[in-house]
Amino acid sequence: MAPAAPGARDVAIVAFGQSDHRRSTDELSEVEMLMPVLHDVLAATGLKTGDIGFTCSGSSDYLAGRAFSFTMALDGVGAWPPISESHVEMDGAWALYEAWVKLQTGDCDTALVYSYGKSSPGSVRDVLTRQLDPYYVAPLWPDAVALAALQARALIDAGDTDEPALAGVATRSRTAARANPHAQLRGSVPHGDYVVRPLRTGDCPPVGDGAAAVVLAAGERARRLCERPAWIRGIDHRIEAHGLGVRDLTDSPSTRLAAERAGVFERPVDTAELHAPFTSQEVVLRKALRLGEQVTVNPSGGALAANPVMAAGLIRLGEAAARIHSGASERALAHATSGPCLQQNLVAVLEGDPR
Amino acid sequence: MTEVLKAPLVVEFPFTRSLGPVQSAFLTGLRERTVLGVRTADGKVLVPPVEYDPVTAAELRDLVEVAPTGTVTTWAWNPEPRRGQPLAAPFAWVLVRLDGADTALLHALDAPGPDAVRTGMRVRVRWSAQRTGAITDIACFEPYDQVTAHQAAAHTGEFAGEAVTGIVAHARLDYTYSPGRAQSQYIHALSGHKVVGERCPSCRKVYVPPRGACPTCGVATTEQVEVGPRGTVTTFCIVNIKARNLDIEVPYVYAHIALDGADLALHARIAGIPYDQVRMGLRVEPVWDDSDKDSRYPDHYRPTGEPDADYDTYKELV
Ligand SMILES: [Zn+2]
Repeated sequence: MAPAAPGARDVAIVAFGQSDHRRSTDELSEVEMLMPVLHDVLAATGLKTGDIGFTCSGSSDYLAGRAFSFTMALDGVGAWPPISESHVEMDGAWALYEAWVKLQTGDCDTALVYSYGKSSPGSVRDVLTRQLDPYYVAPLWPDAVALAALQARALIDAGDTDEPALAGVATRSRTAARANPHAQLRGSVPHGDYVVRPLRTGDCPPVGDGAAAVVLAAGERARRLCERPAWIRGIDHRIEAHGLGVRDLTDSPSTRLAAERAGVFERPVDTAELHAPFTSQEVVLRKALRLGEQVTVNPSGGALAANPVMAAGLIRLGEAAARIHSGASERALAHATSGPCLQQNLVAVLEGDPR
Repeated sequence: MTEVLKAPLVVEFPFTRSLGPVQSAFLTGLRERTVLGVRTADGKVLVPPVEYDPVTAAELRDLVEVAPTGTVTTWAWNPEPRRGQPLAAPFAWVLVRLDGADTALLHALDAPGPDAVRTGMRVRVRWSAQRTGAITDIACFEPYDQVTAHQAAAHTGEFAGEAVTGIVAHARLDYTYSPGRAQSQYIHALSGHKVVGERCPSCRKVYVPPRGACPTCGVATTEQVEVGPRGTVTTFCIVNIKARNLDIEVPYVYAHIALDGADLALHARIAGIPYDQVRMGLRVEPVWDDSDKDSRYPDHYRPTGEPDADYDTYKELV
């Protein structure tokens, strides 16, 4: 899995698309929300659904409130006649990882990865409690904001941040999101009242619906599909112990290890797209990834500007790739997370060809 | 454009989960007002206990008893408790390292306000009056001033009474379901006793019920097409087991029906003909329940009396 593994294939993100993220899209079914995004990435590469070697998606039945909800979305990719397809009940970043592995096997040269989440039908704070340890934690119904707030307090106690600094993270993110036409929250947003102290509304991500898709391609195929492919130089994901009280919440060793294995620390990156739905989590990630002030963090606005659950991590990979595609970045880091308090973390390094 | 439909959707389930030996001892202990942890090979005491070492993955079975008192390692003030949470009045979420333990347990702290809570404060368990062997046997923590030295002591994990070997984890989530544009239009049309599909702009197939996309071409279907009302039975089965809450006499026939003009078969019940005379190719028409003005689907389909359809006309839809 190391970036220079012998025989590893060069694989790149060659196209990225996302929906406009909105508080509610109840006029659209999942497939209706997803389809324009799929068409965007196919149009960008000139590929048709029948040309794609492997399709992988990420979504959650708990968000939809229905079993096997992903099968309905498959209508949007033209799944008949039968295609080579897989699904992860996780953020689409992990679907991208699976597709990357598939491309490494040499089975195919192209892959379509998509993910989507509609938080609007339910209450996402309550829905996310169902992913917690069912014996000791889930019966207490601690919501996602409460768990993030415990982490924020631990950081403040450790002297790693304070409430004004957290407000600064929120302001910087949403100011950056002014340039992102897809973002849900942009520009000046009040720091607001405490939701679960010490986190205020401004420290929390917007709740919304959205979808994202990328196309991956290997070797020469990538060069033919994209002027400046975003080569995945390394990608890795790691997990923490599930017991929150076992972990040091002020640190993210799993992120650091994934970054090490992905080759992040071999050379500086110029951009980092971090999946930090709460302001306090950016503090943890910057420390774990040793990001200095010279690195542009979340030029898209990050998850504080738009957090479609199950797609927000894939969007970080897509946004980082888009910066490579446009020439705004030479070497970018993309991070995705899943679970409470940064429990699972995926890190990738993307590079453009030298110019 | 027609109004998009919405309806409440409640997903509720009592998950029955079995416990391993360590979890069983821990939850049985809570029932008996005793907090157990587990000791790792390097001497750390984990509370709540787990069955495998989070660092080495080695099996852990070495139970110890810790104190019901401890220290807050981090906290968060919850001004608006949500359904299912331990306390109804505002409270603090806390991670508590119990005396004798090296890791912390998540729970609620009953305190008058955020100013009364700080990291490092001393707390103790407040037990629930009714205890069943669940994490909620700890009602919450409460402030407790004293500092007591406590060494974790070995424990057999055995208690008087039956051991708790499972839990029932109740879960309820509330949603507002919306089927989206295409299916809303389909359901609206049904209330006018019409069946509408959508035509794919690429392959020209008509899908019913429409879901807004052609699964073959992966493109949006937008052109609305009225299909039926008559159709052809493409395949069927005979149902011999009576469904609960359904007063339909068995045996009856459930069939796939290709409505005229549709490229996908719907399924529905066939009546008005003895069950053993239903056949592929039978021509049928819908029967709506007139007693229910808002009925959203035909009650059943019955024979039209036309000659059977040629196999070639529906073989693509079987
Ligand atoms: Zn079609």
